[in-house]
Amino acid sequence: MANFNRTDQSAGAHNGIKLVLAWGFVGIPLAWGVIETCINALKLFH
Amino acid sequence: MALSFLDKERTVAAPGYNRWMIPPAALCIHLCIGQAYAFSVFNLPMTKLLGITHSAPGDWRLTDLGWIFSLGIFFLGVSAALSGRWVEEGGPRRAMFTAALCWAGGFFLSAVGVYIHNIWVIYLGYGVLGGFGLGIGYISPVSTLIKWFPDRPGMATGMAIMGFGGGAFIASPLSVWLMARFSTPMHVGVAETFIVLGIVYFFFMMVGAAIVRIPAPGWQPEGYVPPAVPKRLVTERDVYVYRALRTPQFWLIWWVLCLNVTAGIGVLGQASAMSQEMFPGQVTVTAAAGFVGLMSLFNMGGRFFWASVSDFIGRKNTYFIFFILGIILYSTVPHAGRVGSVSLFVLCFCIIISMYGGGFSTVPAYLKDMFGTRYVGAIHGLLLTAWSMAGIFGPVLVNYIRQYNVTHGVAKAQAYNVTMYVMAVLLIVGLICNFFVKAVHERHHMRALEADAEIDAAPVFGGR
Repeated sequence: MANFNRTDQSAGAHNGIKLVLAWGFVGIPLAWGVIETCINALKLFH
Repeated sequence: MALSFLDKERTVAAPGYNRWMIPPAALCIHLCIGQAYAFSVFNLPMTKLLGITHSAPGDWRLTDLGWIFSLGIFFLGVSAALSGRWVEEGGPRRAMFTAALCWAGGFFLSAVGVYIHNIWVIYLGYGVLGGFGLGIGYISPVSTLIKWFPDRPGMATGMAIMGFGGGAFIASPLSVWLMARFSTPMHVGVAETFIVLGIVYFFFMMVGAAIVRIPAPGWQPEGYVPPAVPKRLVTERDVYVYRALRTPQFWLIWWVLCLNVTAGIGVLGQASAMSQEMFPGQVTVTAAAGFVGLMSLFNMGGRFFWASVSDFIGRKNTYFIFFILGIILYSTVPHAGRVGSVSLFVLCFCIIISMYGGGFSTVPAYLKDMFGTRYVGAIHGLLLTAWSMAGIFGPVLVNYIRQYNVTHGVAKAQAYNVTMYVMAVLLIVGLICNFFVKAVHERHHMRALEADAEIDAAPVFGGR
């Protein structure tokens, strides 16, 4: 039982890492693009 | 077989697979193909390929270059309509891989076109081949997302389609930066930029294809209990893709999308010029560029926001909001011009554009409610012809009405007023179409034997 729980936990951690990597892969470029666009959009209020 | 990893059977998720891996997979595709909205950054440099600092005789004109984007959007609609069933039956990975090949191939062919200075090669590359990548890529994750998120289908598809709106945010500064890196006093650097973009996009889209999974048959999210009594406008049954074409609901939603997009796309393309002409002296060229940027943020945000809202208030009600609020806002714009209120003008258009984006992202869930999950991607593909139509109709309407007014002596500041009222009328028609959307009659629902016979008899793009 304890062994099973350990496997379960390591699978959960592994899933978590994959999730962070996948979201980072798309989120970082998107965030960069949004920041660039926000900087441009600010010119409207100058 | 070397390509057996593309098979639908190979993409079935193992137990314990986290469904939140699917939105990033979908975003990998949509963020790349969303580059289409930023293609205009190449227009000016491509008019100076021979003259370098200025347009020389033999250089392409802007009107020639405008066709590249138009062809891309046209073939988006065509390919989405043609390949919908093939995408649905072959699974998301095969579709994403094909989209990556077409999209990157379009860039490579366009680079050749720039290098040999033949615009027809670019029409074929970015316009036709890239357009096929756009269409196949656009619909590839839709039904997969809906199957993984039966509890929040609007939010799930909204996330992916938000990526299509956000793709331009990345592509625009990246393309400008790459052209600056590759340009020399003797060379503009467009061809090299196309090659780099093709490589980057292919890699990015292949990551999406690698991580995408479909749920195992009968899978349900943990703790999810389907409603015991189905909602009036949400079916539990499926309608076969070509059967959907025979229902009034399909054509009513087709017009709902077409009219919503026509109203938005027309002003989206003219936003910069419109803001400067309606507020001469108040809105400078730089401020107008900021306005365009702000609108694209609302276009992207609206895709996620409105689609998520539709999970709570229903799709039909969401479109009712788009149309009623749209009518009020379009009718307010001329007033904003008359009183010289830039902030009211900006507020109106930001909300309008958020609803334009929301129209795109809410429609897959609307189709799922009407026609079930099984062929929703394919039906969505057929519906995107409404976008192609609106892509031609919207800008033409805005440009021609403005031109007509200016030619007939109307001051530029007031030249858009009639257009705004025409847009409001279009939205009234959309409101009526949406009103008539009722649940699909059960005679259109698939029965096991009938479904097999229909599927066997129908042709499929690209073979089975």
